[in-house]
Amino acid sequence: MKYNSVFDIIGPVMIGPSSSHTAGAARIGKAARNLLGKQPSWAKIYLYESFAKTYKGHGTDFALAGGLLGFETDDPRMSKALDIAKENQLEIEFIEDSSAVDHPNTARLIIGDKEESIELIGISIGGGKVEITELNGFELRLSGNHPAILIMHNDRFGAIASVTKILAKHEINIGHMEVNRKDVGKEALMVIEVDQNVEDGVLEELQSADHIIQISKLVS
Amino acid sequence: MFRTVKELVEMAEKEKIQISEVMIRQEMDVKEKTRSEVFSEMERNLEVMEKAIEDALQGVQSVTGLTGGDAVLIQKYMQEKTPLSGNLLLDAVSKAMGTNEVNAAMGTICATPTAGSAGCVPGTLFAVKNQLNPTREQMIRYLFTSGAFGFVVANNAFISGAAGGCQAEVGSAGAMASAAIVEMAGGTPQQSAEAFAMTLKNMLGLVCDPVAGLVEVPCVKRNAAGSSLAIVSADMALAGVTSRIPCDEVIGAMYRIGKQMPSSLRETGEGGLADTPTGRLLKEKIFGMSM
Repeated sequence: MKYNSVFDIIGPVMIGPSSSHTAGAARIGKAARNLLGKQPSWAKIYLYESFAKTYKGHGTDFALAGGLLGFETDDPRMSKALDIAKENQLEIEFIEDSSAVDHPNTARLIIGDKEESIELIGISIGGGKVEITELNGFELRLSGNHPAILIMHNDRFGAIASVTKILAKHEINIGHMEVNRKDVGKEALMVIEVDQNVEDGVLEELQSADHIIQISKLVS
Repeated sequence: MFRTVKELVEMAEKEKIQISEVMIRQEMDVKEKTRSEVFSEMERNLEVMEKAIEDALQGVQSVTGLTGGDAVLIQKYMQEKTPLSGNLLLDAVSKAMGTNEVNAAMGTICATPTAGSAGCVPGTLFAVKNQLNPTREQMIRYLFTSGAFGFVVANNAFISGAAGGCQAEVGSAGAMASAAIVEMAGGTPQQSAEAFAMTLKNMLGLVCDPVAGLVEVPCVKRNAAGSSLAIVSADMALAGVTSRIPCDEVIGAMYRIGKQMPSSLRETGEGGLADTPTGRLLKEKIFGMSM
């Protein structure tokens, strides 16, 4: 089930005017920031269908900027987020894309700084709820219902075991897990949904496990 | 976990509890939270709704000037004249529209289930409150009951205009409010389901056609329609009127209708009222000015 909490329906508390185009957009921006693990210095944001047609009226642009700045949906600074982004040396470019997509409210974000960048696709499915459907070319389904750890690793034997061993040691229960790879022996992505938020110490330990390239986390 | 309205009503009847209680217990279970945690989280939402209505009755205006001030106009009319549709109904309309005026003015609201339809649930709550004199707990329960029905719609159909048109937003919101009014007025879980079905039935096919793509015209006034229909359906259900088509099948119909809607009528601002001569003119005017 896509929605599992009454507060997905009665909520979120948010700055208007649209739950999918404003609150949802802010949450996609914030998820992108969390996945990068820091504030980006630049962002290229492609908008599709309803997002592309109505983003100015709905404040989708400032909401995405607000999310990239780490704002919650009810942050009173939300409508000024584009100006605040500029003040914080965050350059954002919006591109209306007429390509066909699966969901009417879709955004593709490429964000980064001088050192690294990530690319992801987020959809806003209604009432402020969002899903991340792609990260760096890997398809995934992150509902945000649970905290998650995303681990880019090399597709080698033992990589998954080394990660689950560390989680077991810290008594962290895995609710859902999927592994995707582009090709045999190349980069792969582990997505692990867990029951509780994972502390930074555990992430550092995971970072030093075998064949790990990059780790990020999403809190629920 | 309940997946359908039928299951929801059966759970309530079997345990001899209210719909709100089914929702509260499920939330505690799924999120592993205590009753008081779940209650205080919902009370915070209630406080946001109350504040938004207070702000609206002081008078608000959107940046574009397209909406704002109608909630105040209606309250003034109620004080000076005797409204034909009755004070309670018009009070709900005023507070529902007011909430959406605050939303359009980029104020703080609570999405129920969305921002564009955020007026129906609190608008009706803060109007029927004056007649039913609920406790604070009953007011919070009103939101859980609304949420329980919205939960079924969200998981079996959709709640966003971009996915399913306005029937999915104001249709769902008005129907959720109907069900909650019935519970607060002492009706049975089944009567809540009947009220929900009757409101949603009368909203089927409603398109999402916002002028200039803004959540203003016609969204604010559609919340007036959603909230008044909510009260009428609740009264019908409390009188013993039932829906010939069961609640879950109405939700199914709403889903299939939404799937058949062209994208021009699903929150793209391209069809319907957005595509009238005045709608197009307003769009030119608004995007001609700096926003």
